[in-house]
Amino acid sequence: MKTTPSAQDAPHALTAVAHGSVGVVHTQYMHFDEPLPLVSGQTLEAYDLAIETYGTLNAQASNAVLICHALNASHHVAGVAADNPDDIGWWDNMVGPGKPVDTDIFFVIGINNPGSCFGSTGPASIRPETGKPWGAAFPVLTVEDWVQAQARVADRLGVKTFAAVMGGSLGGMQALSWAMTLPERVAHSVVVASTPRLSAQNIAFNEVARRAIITDPEFHGGDYYAHGVVPRNGLSVARMVGHITYLSDDDMAEKFGRTQRAPAAGGAYHYGYGVEFEVESYLRYQGEKFSKYFDANTYLLITRALDYFDPARETEGDLARALKPATADFLLVSFTTDWRFAPARSREIVRALLQNGQPATYAEIDAPHGHDAFLLDDARYHGVMRAYFSRIAAGLTQLNREVQS
Amino acid sequence: MSSQFSQMSLRADLVRIAQWVRPDSSVLDLGCGDGALLGHLKQTKGIRGVGVEISDARVLSCVQRGVHVIQQNLEDGLAMFDDQQFDTVVLSQTLQSMHRTEHILREMVRVAREAIVSFPNFGYWPHGWSILRGRMPVTGQMPYDWYDTPNIHLCTLKDFERLAAKFDFTILERATFNDEQEVKSLAGWRSTLAAYRFTAAQS
Repeated sequence: MKTTPSAQDAPHALTAVAHGSVGVVHTQYMHFDEPLPLVSGQTLEAYDLAIETYGTLNAQASNAVLICHALNASHHVAGVAADNPDDIGWWDNMVGPGKPVDTDIFFVIGINNPGSCFGSTGPASIRPETGKPWGAAFPVLTVEDWVQAQARVADRLGVKTFAAVMGGSLGGMQALSWAMTLPERVAHSVVVASTPRLSAQNIAFNEVARRAIITDPEFHGGDYYAHGVVPRNGLSVARMVGHITYLSDDDMAEKFGRTQRAPAAGGAYHYGYGVEFEVESYLRYQGEKFSKYFDANTYLLITRALDYFDPARETEGDLARALKPATADFLLVSFTTDWRFAPARSREIVRALLQNGQPATYAEIDAPHGHDAFLLDDARYHGVMRAYFSRIAAGLTQLNREVQS
Repeated sequence: MSSQFSQMSLRADLVRIAQWVRPDSSVLDLGCGDGALLGHLKQTKGIRGVGVEISDARVLSCVQRGVHVIQQNLEDGLAMFDDQQFDTVVLSQTLQSMHRTEHILREMVRVAREAIVSFPNFGYWPHGWSILRGRMPVTGQMPYDWYDTPNIHLCTLKDFERLAAKFDFTILERATFNDEQEVKSLAGWRSTLAAYRFTAAQS
């Protein structure tokens, strides 16, 4: 699993690389021997995590920013992978010198979460006890487990308090969880295109994706590694389903409409079940590409982590009460055409923060690209992010002066 | 220094509104623009403030200023806010352009203990003169032609006070202005702009 794709294979992700790139980056690996107790009651005895860092941690260790990844991204947030010049970080338009999250100012950390498949310990890793891949035996991890694992990386790097923890979608859930579970370690929580919990519809889409994988004859109960096969068809269909939810109806209409892929003479239909429309071709291509680099068990695990995230479950559904321990300043951003995690879901979080009198800023960006918009370079969106991080940077400078005087 | 500067650059009605806000209180500014009032109140009175603003550019200005802002259309109502969540709610020079005037006023006294509104005074005497001459008034406080104005619910001081009475609002204070100068007498005719501080409760 060498190549890390841009998170949603966003069409515009490559445009901003030329200037302001952090340059060639190398993955570092951290090994942890101390067992990680999990929300499920199980324990991850020992594990490795793949990380990347950009910029320099200042003397006060006050300028660290943690970037949390979503379903199919990784620790490779920005820059160009040392071993593959085509492998550009999934949030390269956001993170770099002079970018909204400016690596000339901030020390930025990307961590591949445990359970994923880009270098950190996951279902495809070899289980020391058996000498075979974990497969179905790999424990189910939650957002809260990831936060604990990330906190250990921060400890090793000498970061006590993050200037900001940020993420989009599932990454936003981690930013939210950080603010609630380790409040003293988060000064700012930046939650983009996210939700306080999945809706029944969200879970339903995840379940369709999981059934596609699990019912693939090559899945072998999750131990397909031993059979030397991969449930490629199932994973591909899972990705197709997911991909539909990342795009808006308008976006699809504009990109594909009802355009036929290769019409018969005179523009006629083929009256069959092969690829007739452009949108089918696109989805199949995305699915097949994805199935070649992503691990099916990881897809199951991460969609489950999405389903289980519900911090208000502990407080009888009262999100405000769940958020009460947070001491961070919050920035929430949503996109008007995002129907996966619609603006109303972000507003729920804003409302809960306001109920607690907690500081929150909320930008609702009128963008056409659906859920995928959080990865794209939209001037209004990036303007708000840049301004917010400039304020954080100004706070650091002031703090620095106070420390020196 | 910086607070003096922001005081000087603040519009006259905002200066007065700022005087009406208690130190260390919580303030909701509806249609907060670039966040000038909230920024000023934060610096000078240590308030906890949040603004509501629809425009992308103004939301950006607020973030640049470090003012907390919620991007939302006021016409969608204040469902985001709980009953009596703030000490003071402000609606400055926005009432006249809102579709649901009665609704927003009722919502204001729901979400905060005290409400402050400011609006251009349609009763300003040159307006009447202009109408007598057969033309819709176009003045400094209302610089729009009739076919190109966001102002759809203009009123006079008396009009507003009648509406307040209808809702059983208690008007605590009124301030009136003409071209940044406070107007003390014959305000109904002489002022271009009025600000009111009121509560829902009868005192």
